[in-house]
Amino acid sequence: MTSQNRRDLIKQSGIWVFIVVELAFFSIVGNYLSVSDQAFMDFDNMLLLLKQSAPIGIIALGMTIIMINGNIDLSVGATFALAAIVLLDSMTWPFMQNLGNWAIPLAWGFALMTGVVLGAINGLIVWKTGVDAFIVTLGSMLGFRGLVFMYNGEQPTSHLNWTLVDFAEAQFLGLHTATWFLLGTALVLWLVTTRTNHGRNAYAVGNNRDAAVNAGIRVGPHIMWNFMLIGFLAALSAVVFYSESGSVNPNDGMLYELWAITAVVLGGTKLAGGYGSIIGTLGGVIAIQLLRKGLGHIGADTQTVNLVIGLILIAVLVMDRQLNRQGKEELKI
Amino acid sequence: MTDPKPVLRLRDIVKTFPGVRALDGVSFDVRAGEVHALMGENGAGKSTLMKVLGGVLAPNEGQIFIGEDPVVMTSPKQAKAMGVMFIHQELSLADELSVAENIFLGELPLKSFGRVDWDKLYADTDRILETLNVGFDAKTRVGDLSIANQQMVEIGRALTVDPRAVIFDEPTASLTDAEKVVLFNVIADLQARGVGIIYISHRMEEIFKITDRISVLRDGQYSGTLNTAETNEDEVTQLMIGRSLDLSRNASHHQMGNVALEVRGLSCGRLFEDVSFDVRQGEVLGFYGLVGAGRTEIAETIFGLRTPSAGQILLNGQEVQITSPIDAIKLGISLVPEDRKDQGLVLGMNCKDNMSLPQVGRLTKGPFVSQGAEIAIFDKYRDKLDIRTPGWRQAVGNLSGGNQQKIVIGKWLSMQPEVLIVDEPTRGIDVGSKSEIHNLIRDLAAQGFAVIVISSEMPEVLHVSDRIVAMFAGRVMREFTSEEVTEDNLIQAISGIKEQGPAGHAAASHGIGQDKALT
Repeated sequence: MTSQNRRDLIKQSGIWVFIVVELAFFSIVGNYLSVSDQAFMDFDNMLLLLKQSAPIGIIALGMTIIMINGNIDLSVGATFALAAIVLLDSMTWPFMQNLGNWAIPLAWGFALMTGVVLGAINGLIVWKTGVDAFIVTLGSMLGFRGLVFMYNGEQPTSHLNWTLVDFAEAQFLGLHTATWFLLGTALVLWLVTTRTNHGRNAYAVGNNRDAAVNAGIRVGPHIMWNFMLIGFLAALSAVVFYSESGSVNPNDGMLYELWAITAVVLGGTKLAGGYGSIIGTLGGVIAIQLLRKGLGHIGADTQTVNLVIGLILIAVLVMDRQLNRQGKEELKI
Repeated sequence: MTDPKPVLRLRDIVKTFPGVRALDGVSFDVRAGEVHALMGENGAGKSTLMKVLGGVLAPNEGQIFIGEDPVVMTSPKQAKAMGVMFIHQELSLADELSVAENIFLGELPLKSFGRVDWDKLYADTDRILETLNVGFDAKTRVGDLSIANQQMVEIGRALTVDPRAVIFDEPTASLTDAEKVVLFNVIADLQARGVGIIYISHRMEEIFKITDRISVLRDGQYSGTLNTAETNEDEVTQLMIGRSLDLSRNASHHQMGNVALEVRGLSCGRLFEDVSFDVRQGEVLGFYGLVGAGRTEIAETIFGLRTPSAGQILLNGQEVQITSPIDAIKLGISLVPEDRKDQGLVLGMNCKDNMSLPQVGRLTKGPFVSQGAEIAIFDKYRDKLDIRTPGWRQAVGNLSGGNQQKIVIGKWLSMQPEVLIVDEPTRGIDVGSKSEIHNLIRDLAAQGFAVIVISSEMPEVLHVSDRIVAMFAGRVMREFTSEEVTEDNLIQAISGIKEQGPAGHAAASHGIGQDKALT
């Protein structure tokens, strides 16, 4: 085994090792500190954890391709909120009310379409202007959030459809609907990144854009497809979550972009592009959710949770850099 | 006017890199008040020698003397402290800062509490600018200056200390004729102050105009010093190339087919103008010229990476429109780019993925890429090109330069191109692999590919080409067949010297223009 392969193995398995460490830590410490009698590693608790991972998880999986591409999308939280509003509000439209339960797939369609359109706007701007995706999506993050507030002011938008709630709360083969969406998305994106032409191009564009252009890859349209994909996934995340909750606040989805990016980076994807994996991101999502849940389990408050996650993120990046150092001849800064 | 005392001496400098003896016992000295030209082909060791002198590279053997004292250069900062200053070909200025801040970058005069002493800074800078006789002041933003004036700022940096020796590396590469005159005046001033000057350039006219002595490097070895007044261009050229080439001239004549690619009057802004040539099936057409002569830009234009401002491209006699690499690839044109790592390979990917990158969209089974088809392609070209790698899983970043280059070539051969353009086929490749790549190029031509080779290495161009196009400053100076080309007439053509022969009058007139402008 070459040192390169060894490094890759450490990097790819690192997040799963971390998850095991977390599980062990919270199980043991939980015995002494937990406020509840329930064991942390309880099966139902773990199922719930997967379900709770879904909203940010689905977004993070899409963010992985965007980041492999060498881009970033900060507008996913706002897209999430706007798609949620379209989902719930569309069901109150007069013509929809006459459709009975057929309104549900139609409402989903509207919401998902909203996500795709918002993503296409981002992608088109990045492609045609060449402005950095960070700046473009920073702008659209503010802009899309503005649209959310324009829709209903500070008021929440609510609509409960019990058929929808039943669907969202259903369990199939023991897993919740949201979990199935998370795992399904992960499977599809894993196939896309590892087995398809599009996935191959995503790595090539992120790793060496000039070489990709020279190889005849249409880089601009490629990038736009990916932004449409993440828009779709942000909306899908909203569909999954709000089918159950039935009420969206205009501030919902704030900071989701940062949680998603955190999960992606923890999963080993490089911010600079060209390297990363869907499986790693799935690990990153689960690790973060475990941490939040576990720290809650042993009685830590939200602020502490954020502090710990922040520290761990930095520690991971420092370790990653050490693994990537080519040796002593590397330039010092 | 020459003070016989050398201000700077290099003695028996040896510098080896893995597999290469870049400098092999080079000795060289500069006297006070002299302009000493350092010449040699690309790769002869000039840059390495200057890096050793500047403390960037440590020599394996040899000694540097400043005046009479032996010194060990350990860092660029130390070189500067000893009064050895460099004016680099590439400017390294901070565009957003003022002229004064750039000149004193890293050593701004300070007052108490670390505050910058702006008055002293501007006064000092103005004093330096006065000696340079320039038309801008210390507070000007550097980004607002012309290239020539930015170069003056670079020179100004060299004058913050009392320099003993100043090294100019291709200083006129991006200057207009009027700007050159200003630069030469500055050099004359430095000379009058007793500074020793090393002047690196490929341009013969300048060398003969301003230098006192000429030293020549060849393949990392010192090949002689001439007094400028007592020599001529031919003699210098002889020193630069006068070796028995270990690479034999290309002699393998095989059957050539129809014209595969023809270019008529192609121009791209000021990068190159009115370029015409053709290349036949089974032929290797070499492009030779100095860095910046426009060769790479021509290749990029044919490959659709640049938009031509005029001219036509004909493929098999049909005019074609190429607006992107996608068009070029569809038409059967492939480009092996100049910089393998930046433009050719995706270093993070494995060998197989790199090789199949341009056609991976076609190698699908249903929605998925067929790994079997990819591996088949990889295996075929690994055997054909003798690529040495443990397997297709190997990341290309771990391969040697020669094998990396073969991956890029294999990538394009697998596309079955009609025209293959190879830009700097052996840059950064060790000697053994070089001749392998050369043989490969000859083989490809023998198989009927039309091949264009762009190179800055004369032996390479002479070895692989059936015909050679010599370029200078964006223009085709002359086209040589392999029978009529000599090292002499080739190096003169690419230096912009008008030629004596009857062929190519149009090209010669450009040369005359250059001559006049310089005198």
